[in-house]
Amino acid sequence: MSCPHQSSSSKEELIKFSPQKAEELDRYLTTLPLTDDREKNRGFLIQSLHKAQEIFTYLPSVVQIHIAKRLGLHLAEVNGVISFYSYFTDTPVGKYKINICTGTACFVKGGDKLVEEFQRYLGIKLGETTPDGKYSLTSLRCVGACSMAPVVMLNERVYGKVTTKMVPEIINECK
Amino acid sequence: MINLTINNHPVQVTEGQTVLDAAHKLGIDIPTLCHLKQFGPCAIESKTGSCRVCVVEIDGRPNLAPSCCTPATEGMKVITSSMRVINARRTMLDLLLSDHPKDCLTCEKSGDCQLQELAAKMGLHRIKYKGEMSKHDIDVSSEAIVRDPNKCIMCRRCEVACNEVQTVGVLSGIGRGFNAKVGPADMKPLSETTCTFCGRCVAACPTGALTEVDHTYKCWNAINSGKTVVVQTAPAVRVALGEEFGMEPGAITTGKMVTALRMMGFAKVFDTDFSADLTIMEETTEFIARLKEGKNLPILTSCCPGWVKFFEHQFQDLMHIPSTCKSPQQMFGAVAKTYYAKKIGVKPEDMLVVSVMPCLAKKYEAARDEFNASGSRDVDIVITTRELAAMIKEAGIAFDHLEESTYDDPLGESTGAGVIFGATGGVLEAALRTAADWVTGQDLKNIDFTAVRGLDGIKEATVKVGDLDVRAAIASGLGNARTLLNKIRKGEAQYHIIEIMACPGGCLNGGGQPYTRGDPKILEKRMEAIYRDDKNNKIRKSHENPSIKRLYAEFLGKPGSELSHKLLHTHYHGRREL
Amino acid sequence: MIDTPEKLTFHTEQLRAKARKGGATLLVSLGTCGIAAGTRPVLDQLRNEITARKADIDIVEVGCMGLCHSEPSIEVVFNGTGKSVIYGHVTGAQAGAIVETAAKGIEAVSCEILKRTWFYPEENETASKDQIQARIVLRNTGKINPEDIDQYIAMNGYQALSQALHKMTPKQVIDIVTESGLRGRGGGGFPTGKKWAFAAAQKNDQKYVVCNADEGDPGAFMDRAVLEGDPHSVLEAMAITGYAIGSNTGIIYIRAEYPLAVKRLEIAIGQAKERGLLGKKILGSSFDFDIQIKYGAGAFVCGEETALLHSIEGKRGEPTVKPPFPAVEGLWKKPTIVNNVETFANVCAIIRNGPAWFKKIGTAGSPGTKVFALAGKVKKVGLVEVPMGTTLRDIIFNVGGGIVNDRKFKAVQTGGPSGGCIKSDQLDTEIDYESLKRLGSMMGSGGMIVMDQDDCMVNIAKFFLEFTLDESCGKCTPCRVGNKRLFEMLQRICDGRGTPQLLKDLKDLCYAIKDTALCGLGQTSPNPVLSTLAQFEHEYLAHINEKRCEAGVCKELLRFEINENCVGCTMCARNCPVPCISGEVKKRHVIDQSRCIKCGVCQSVCKFHAVDRK
Repeated sequence: MSCPHQSSSSKEELIKFSPQKAEELDRYLTTLPLTDDREKNRGFLIQSLHKAQEIFTYLPSVVQIHIAKRLGLHLAEVNGVISFYSYFTDTPVGKYKINICTGTACFVKGGDKLVEEFQRYLGIKLGETTPDGKYSLTSLRCVGACSMAPVVMLNERVYGKVTTKMVPEIINECK
Repeated sequence: MINLTINNHPVQVTEGQTVLDAAHKLGIDIPTLCHLKQFGPCAIESKTGSCRVCVVEIDGRPNLAPSCCTPATEGMKVITSSMRVINARRTMLDLLLSDHPKDCLTCEKSGDCQLQELAAKMGLHRIKYKGEMSKHDIDVSSEAIVRDPNKCIMCRRCEVACNEVQTVGVLSGIGRGFNAKVGPADMKPLSETTCTFCGRCVAACPTGALTEVDHTYKCWNAINSGKTVVVQTAPAVRVALGEEFGMEPGAITTGKMVTALRMMGFAKVFDTDFSADLTIMEETTEFIARLKEGKNLPILTSCCPGWVKFFEHQFQDLMHIPSTCKSPQQMFGAVAKTYYAKKIGVKPEDMLVVSVMPCLAKKYEAARDEFNASGSRDVDIVITTRELAAMIKEAGIAFDHLEESTYDDPLGESTGAGVIFGATGGVLEAALRTAADWVTGQDLKNIDFTAVRGLDGIKEATVKVGDLDVRAAIASGLGNARTLLNKIRKGEAQYHIIEIMACPGGCLNGGGQPYTRGDPKILEKRMEAIYRDDKNNKIRKSHENPSIKRLYAEFLGKPGSELSHKLLHTHYHGRREL
Repeated sequence: MIDTPEKLTFHTEQLRAKARKGGATLLVSLGTCGIAAGTRPVLDQLRNEITARKADIDIVEVGCMGLCHSEPSIEVVFNGTGKSVIYGHVTGAQAGAIVETAAKGIEAVSCEILKRTWFYPEENETASKDQIQARIVLRNTGKINPEDIDQYIAMNGYQALSQALHKMTPKQVIDIVTESGLRGRGGGGFPTGKKWAFAAAQKNDQKYVVCNADEGDPGAFMDRAVLEGDPHSVLEAMAITGYAIGSNTGIIYIRAEYPLAVKRLEIAIGQAKERGLLGKKILGSSFDFDIQIKYGAGAFVCGEETALLHSIEGKRGEPTVKPPFPAVEGLWKKPTIVNNVETFANVCAIIRNGPAWFKKIGTAGSPGTKVFALAGKVKKVGLVEVPMGTTLRDIIFNVGGGIVNDRKFKAVQTGGPSGGCIKSDQLDTEIDYESLKRLGSMMGSGGMIVMDQDDCMVNIAKFFLEFTLDESCGKCTPCRVGNKRLFEMLQRICDGRGTPQLLKDLKDLCYAIKDTALCGLGQTSPNPVLSTLAQFEHEYLAHINEKRCEAGVCKELLRFEINENCVGCTMCARNCPVPCISGEVKKRHVIDQSRCIKCGVCQSVCKFHAVDRK
């Protein structure tokens, strides 16, 4: 290509962003049987985004561009997919992800009150991260632990039968 | 054949036709919004079935069905105006309006808006379901297109235009649920994307969500600034402008348009056809030189700014093959502010050049940094065909009653070769007319290269130029351009010359033209008018244009001269691919 | 490598012969809920005890037994007699007693012993009076180690596939499924055999079998339990489907929120391939079948089949207009069958036992069983699999043990965001697809949420609408804007700003959305409103006309007042977060209504029943 700095820029920018993570993502992408057929490649988009989010913890613009380029897709298509699925995020998330279940079983057992209390306690709204980057607050729909409703997840750990009084305890356990 | 009944009237349609098609056959106009279908070579089809305005009752189905994407089946019984249907349609419109700004009076699209039209047609005079409305920033970042997502009704027609027809892929559905809108990645401003400003999205949008950047006020301001203000009109404008005044599509309005422009106060009314002829002089010289050397072929035309931006983003590896010629718009500006300004004793900075274009990308092109050959902008203001019509109306000029008049000299003289720039294949045909004469040294009579005409997306022809068989290809629509260029990239096709226009059908279907709403007949009539205009012209070869000859004799020297290069040629920039 | 039917049968018999004849086997439930309830440390304790006592006891890690209400739960099987006992709420401290008694072949009386409320129709068990549940779908979950293919094979695993491949033509397989009357368990209840026949009739070199494991209904976890507890039953059924319709490619579309199910599926696919039960020339036939896993990414709408297929294709999960139906034009425009996990989990049992056997269970129109995730204000939250035609009363009061704290039953919600609420006077309805529809609800995927007198039905409708609003793809007008307006209207009613006209508009809009929305989810999204309106209109009217919320849930309509029981202990004033309670010690206190945030703390801290909630 006559403008090498242009054509390879997505990888270079990603390396600038984080060399190790860029390598890790690229290693994964090279395992995919990608071709010139963008419709076929598109079938690998969601799993690539899952992998990328696992590596980078979120999907910043450089990552989106790199994946779009490798799969031969338009950036808007990739972003359209990311913005459609609630599992993907393009903003950095906190070290501790507090996920409150707002499924029906948890709702009838007071899950909505937990949302209010966590919001009040952390001073952030659902979907936000504390300014120190420590806590992110999100809701999810049913982890399938309805017997323990209402349920709160802290990273991978599940807390069952949570009451508003337990909110400070749960947050303190992060330290 | 399939037999069905609509409102108890029997009707026959062919396999694959929809309930909507069947209704049209019976003369029943079912309202639609998200549906857009244009047949023929410039085909575009958007049938997401998302707006639900066209729903009808079908016997045996529990729910109402969208007529635009429900195939007609044998024995189907359709009702289009039961109370259930009327209520549903009104509710759909009510809901759309409940999340739509109510600034129709001042909306750019007022009068051309399909949502507004439907509300009037369906007698919706009160909005029942009021509530929260979407709030998005309006994107005014570009010179060409304004995006107001608040007016987006998620019909997705622009997405089809941008992704499927043009393969530019700047637009996608973003977000979901009530907050879902169509926009660029992260709803970024268009100026930060790979948008080519071709304006297909604007042509597809039924509402005011996508419109042109309005330069009419700026234009009035210029006319009244006391500077010398000259105007140029592009070839395709004259065959479409009349539509805005109720004339038949394909009416050639050149004479009335010139009169109107003069009445509006332009000092001189010139013709982009003149600089189209000039483009042919430079481009054909370049073409013949490359042919002789056998290098950098095929040569690609560079008249279309949407196309230029497209290849700067997508085909950086082929940037040595496009012609280095500026577009006729920019050549005109450069010549007006040097040759003509000197002639009438005006400093370039005291002259303003306004262009009337069928195009939105021309607004962007005029603002590109490099286009200031005279030291001042080549072109200062670009208005579209639609904007010119608006200004004529604002000025209170009764367009259809105007006397006809002719362009001013010297930049108003042109040939039939100049006017066909407005149709796909025209630039190439004009170049061939000149090339054939130059290569053979004769004055050839048979100059209708009909093989390169027509509305097909990709056309190929082998044309005799002297002893040489020149292989030519023409693509209109950027999707077609991509297909063609990919073949060249892979070495699967060999051509000597390729013409590319961003808009399907060429400039006559430009993003700044009166809205066609997908009616292919309008395009055919505009095209027919362009070739009629060519035929009516006494001179039909660019190199025979007397004013062009004089321009070279008095000022430029010969085509491809140093001064020509300084004023009339340009260079390209690689841009990010995504 | 098991490459002939004979080898499979031989292997099955060998495994059976090797089965333990003595000692005891502990089945430890390690589903998501079990792990969350702390089963792992208990398991460690049990292991320690067994080692310490050198007891003749095996431990098998199994999937969910469905006894979520009593996790950690453990079943002890006495191999000598074949009898078993189930303990609930097991603690590490009980490990010693359990191991000791198990070794002796007796029950541990110090533990909480749970009743087994199910039987296995496939084992020709006859149900006792208490055994309301019939387990076909859950036949192996809680019984076998899902990470060990041999345990599945020992339960006649892959025999159905073997039969289909060697004794039946594809058409015969479809005929059996059609004859069985099996209907799609994902919600719509479309006849499975009919769907397969459509796809089989398509001439195409490539077809797909897709398993919908995108269980997105908030409050439903049946599919997760099957995938975590018995993944091979789904793999085997998909291969049978592939054989029936002429497809070599299976795809499981699973929620990314189910990591354990994904892990177990991956292990299962790996083991099946290793044994030659998936892959090329399965069991010596000419049939090839492979299965891959694709992940969802958090979009409820992807449960809708066209949306799901778009998601597999890597697109936004927006549904498209049908026809064309996926069976004709589906994934990458190829004929595609989409069935959900539970539907597939029925298939092998039907092939093994025949359609007549299957039709004996359930009702005439809806044969077989249905798995429900019973949750909410019910004592025994868990998985329940009952024959179609079982009454709601049996499920809620018998299996579910009634309402928490013995409060008054108000309604049960079935069908999730697409379903509706059913009142106490309809509890004796025998449930199947049609009866639920008649009640204004639907089967849905099987979520069953019980509500009591403390739940406000307007608020419940609002909750579901909020869910739909969050999860709407935003493609069509009625769902994108219509549901937003519905939600806002419900909000107004809950806030005390409702009017009779608003109620009328609400109904009109509900019907318009049902009639016009593009996909099944949009079309059913007003159901929670319409069904609560039909069953509990008085609650809506009380909110609108009297500005009163019977259940005391809608904050704006609430009022806390201190009555004459007040002794002036100051407890309420000291705990009020605003604070808006004033009064002198030993004198009756007063709440400043203008500042009260209706948090209810005063009422909960008052020891004298002096705070009224009105």
